[in-house]
Amino acid sequence: MPLLWLTIVVLALSAAGFILGRQRALASAGGNSRMLHSLPIYYGSNAFMKSVVPAIGLMLIWLLVQPLVIENRIAEMIPASEVPEGSNIGLLMSEVRRTADGLNNAVVAGVLDEETASNARADFTDMTQRLKDAGQVVTNRITQPVLRAAQAYREMSASSNMLMTIAVLIVALLGTGWGVMQSGRDFRARNVVEQGILAILIAAASVAILTTVGIILSLIFNTVEFFRLYPAVDFFTLLEWAPSFSGRGGASSLGILPLLWGTIYISIVALIVAVPIGLYSAIYLSEYASPRVRGIAKPMLEILAGIPTIVYGLFALLTIGPLLMSVFGDNGVGWMGGGRSVMTAGIAMGIMLIPFVSSLSDDIINAVPQSLRDGSYGLGATRSETIRQVVLPAALPGIVGAILLAASRAIGETMIVVLGAGAAARLSLNPFEAMTTVTAKIVSQLTGDSDFASPEALVAFALGITLFVLTLGLNVFALYIVRKYREQYE
Amino acid sequence: MTEASMPAPSAPRQRVSLTAPDARTQKRKAAEARFRMYGVAGIATGIFFLIVLLVSIVGSGTGAFQQTFLNVSVYLDPAKLDKNGNRDPADIRKVSTFGYTPLIQDALLKQVQDNGIETPLEKRGDMKAMISASAAAQVRDVVIDNPDLIGETVDFRILASSRVDGYLKDRVKREDVARDKNIDAEHLDLVDALIPLGVVKKTFNMDFITGADASESRAEAAGIGVSMIGSFFMMLVVLVLALPIGVAASIYLEEFAPKNRITDLIEVNIANLAAVPSIVFGILGLSVFIQFMHLPQSAPLVGGMVLTLMTLPTIIISTRASLKAVPPSIRDAALGVGASKMQSVFHHVLPLAAPGILTGTIIGLAQALGETAPLLLIGMVGFIASNAPDSIASGLLDPNSAMPAQIYEWAKRADPAYYERAWGGIIILLIFLITMNTIAVILRRRFERRW
Repeated sequence: MPLLWLTIVVLALSAAGFILGRQRALASAGGNSRMLHSLPIYYGSNAFMKSVVPAIGLMLIWLLVQPLVIENRIAEMIPASEVPEGSNIGLLMSEVRRTADGLNNAVVAGVLDEETASNARADFTDMTQRLKDAGQVVTNRITQPVLRAAQAYREMSASSNMLMTIAVLIVALLGTGWGVMQSGRDFRARNVVEQGILAILIAAASVAILTTVGIILSLIFNTVEFFRLYPAVDFFTLLEWAPSFSGRGGASSLGILPLLWGTIYISIVALIVAVPIGLYSAIYLSEYASPRVRGIAKPMLEILAGIPTIVYGLFALLTIGPLLMSVFGDNGVGWMGGGRSVMTAGIAMGIMLIPFVSSLSDDIINAVPQSLRDGSYGLGATRSETIRQVVLPAALPGIVGAILLAASRAIGETMIVVLGAGAAARLSLNPFEAMTTVTAKIVSQLTGDSDFASPEALVAFALGITLFVLTLGLNVFALYIVRKYREQYE
Repeated sequence: MTEASMPAPSAPRQRVSLTAPDARTQKRKAAEARFRMYGVAGIATGIFFLIVLLVSIVGSGTGAFQQTFLNVSVYLDPAKLDKNGNRDPADIRKVSTFGYTPLIQDALLKQVQDNGIETPLEKRGDMKAMISASAAAQVRDVVIDNPDLIGETVDFRILASSRVDGYLKDRVKREDVARDKNIDAEHLDLVDALIPLGVVKKTFNMDFITGADASESRAEAAGIGVSMIGSFFMMLVVLVLALPIGVAASIYLEEFAPKNRITDLIEVNIANLAAVPSIVFGILGLSVFIQFMHLPQSAPLVGGMVLTLMTLPTIIISTRASLKAVPPSIRDAALGVGASKMQSVFHHVLPLAAPGILTGTIIGLAQALGETAPLLLIGMVGFIASNAPDSIASGLLDPNSAMPAQIYEWAKRADPAYYERAWGGIIILLIFLITMNTIAVILRRRFERRW
């Protein structure tokens, strides 16, 4: 693993820099550390930092950029006529990569010698067979251009790796030298090191921004790609969701409306379950319960929040579904065709949301000033009258915010609907029918072996951006309401 | 409008005792009691759901920890297993599991006939329905390890088929067997007769905890062990990445960040990221880590990176809360004796906030451990890892599954025997989560300092 070795060498160089820098600084002060501007360790750290950060940074950037550059150049090498019907250059490139990996592994395993592996005129039928014999996973037909491209790919990667190793080592050496040379009694090592640490802290904080940017870019790029292949108007207005799996292109109808309807319907069922239970629990816990009851009941409800969603999914599929079937199924009322339905998923999701609604509302009810309650009691109102006519109206905006947050959770929930709601996209009012949601379809379109260039796979990104915008909008709105409400009483 | 103009009560009030409440008071009191009842009902329903959930998990899942085995003495026929008779390991390896299946079936048949059990099942092939498809591989592995056993009669504890297992666990009912092409009522009679003899026996199933997933038709051999290792490596990645990044980000935001637009932007970002649906992180992982950076699919490293991005907001929020809880006097004192701002934070504030940070991290890890949706998109399902990884690098980079993804995979399979496995997997997952949360609570109770 040369990368690992390179890293170790860089670290070793930097460690040497640390010791040298520290010693040099001490020496410049005649061995008396009180004569130095900073503690000796800061001089060492300065040298260490100046070596590690640029070297490792260069290595990471190189590793990220190298495949892009090489692939662009390889892709130019492959003539357009080589791309098979119904495929694209991306697929061919992954084949090239696979072949190159296969060649590498075969060389490592000793089946091929370096000469044959890199010889461009090698007989390719023979090569396929030999790679297979070496236990490498390759496609059945390695064509001449693919083999050539793979060999070129190997060559470029190897030379680029070589270059990178040299460059990284030079940077590390220069950094170490610079850091060591700086170490002297008047050098303000601590200030420099602290600046460096601050830069690292800032970088860590911007990971959050990078994540958001990454999410938005990956969604937007792929969505634009999707709309190039599939009309946006159809996506937003068609009442039918019927992706074709065999053919590509026009045969699919990918309308988001049935999915949105399923999502909203299931979320409504979930909220109908969760809001009354959660709200009444919160009222009881904050207004009536003795500290002991509260100490037991609140953590118990919160256990529900800590249970992973896959558990609720399984609970929906294997417990709620059969239970509903025995009442509403063919042997009962006859409204239900199978265990998976809007109700199945909705009830499970509702149970999941109970603690969410209750703890948020609990906080909000507790934030209503006691003076409002005391005023109401002073006028002779009973507790329930106070709650209904004073506390709840005062807390209403916050509670609405909490419900919106719960709704956003329900819309983005995946595992429960994947397992409990079914796979058929339908526009129907019967809650005992199977429907599907945006999240469930993202999963089903992106798992399996469809290639990422087809509209059937790319539609998942359009669905994803819809989901992202929807939940983000709900959240921002809900947080705005909650915050505004909080300020009102502070 | 004066008080005098108010109409006097038309009829003299009925004389009642002052202590007896009037109708209106009664009504109000009833409303009060009713309202209180609603509250109790709300909590009771919530707790009722929790109990139903736990009961159905434990009730359906404990079966996975027990497994039916057949104790048979298999005669390892040299004529079949080692035709050349020279005990050459290469030759023995050539005999596939098809060579072993008849031997095991013979052995079971012999056991039945020796014990004088009356059954219409008299042929070797009739035994097939009772023996797991992985039994032959199990015997073969033993023989390949010890070629000297060939020619002897060896006692084996082999897996029973999932139907027999289900019959012992009341999952397979006699009345359903008529429609089942995999097993007949006669087999069940035979099983009933073999139980008192100790040939068919249900015991604790260690293989479920340590084993690997099995193919669709061999539910009895499937285990969660390998995906547990996958989860472990993912958690390792999350811990190594999320803890330093999260703590560094929180320190910056809490201690150093100037109040300006960029800081606000970061804060709003973190608050929103905490609410982004987990599936969106899956999309991010798929397009950035796999499509763009060409990291290997299904690798715990990638899974861990996606989960890191997902848990970062949780860790940052809890770390900031515990940094905020350290009183400013500590910082002032450090600055007062000449420490730099950086020194005051790293030498004094951070150690004092450490228990809180650790608690938040454990809770974030627990959340990541149970997360499934993003793993589906980066391909950590549908892959059957047959062996445990042999080194840290292969543990990080080789395709593997994770516990929740494995449970999802089982839940999707048609065989009800797999449902039992899925519930069993959930029990193990919940044990991990409960342990982690308990540690977090203990840490908080023990080390949390109130200033």
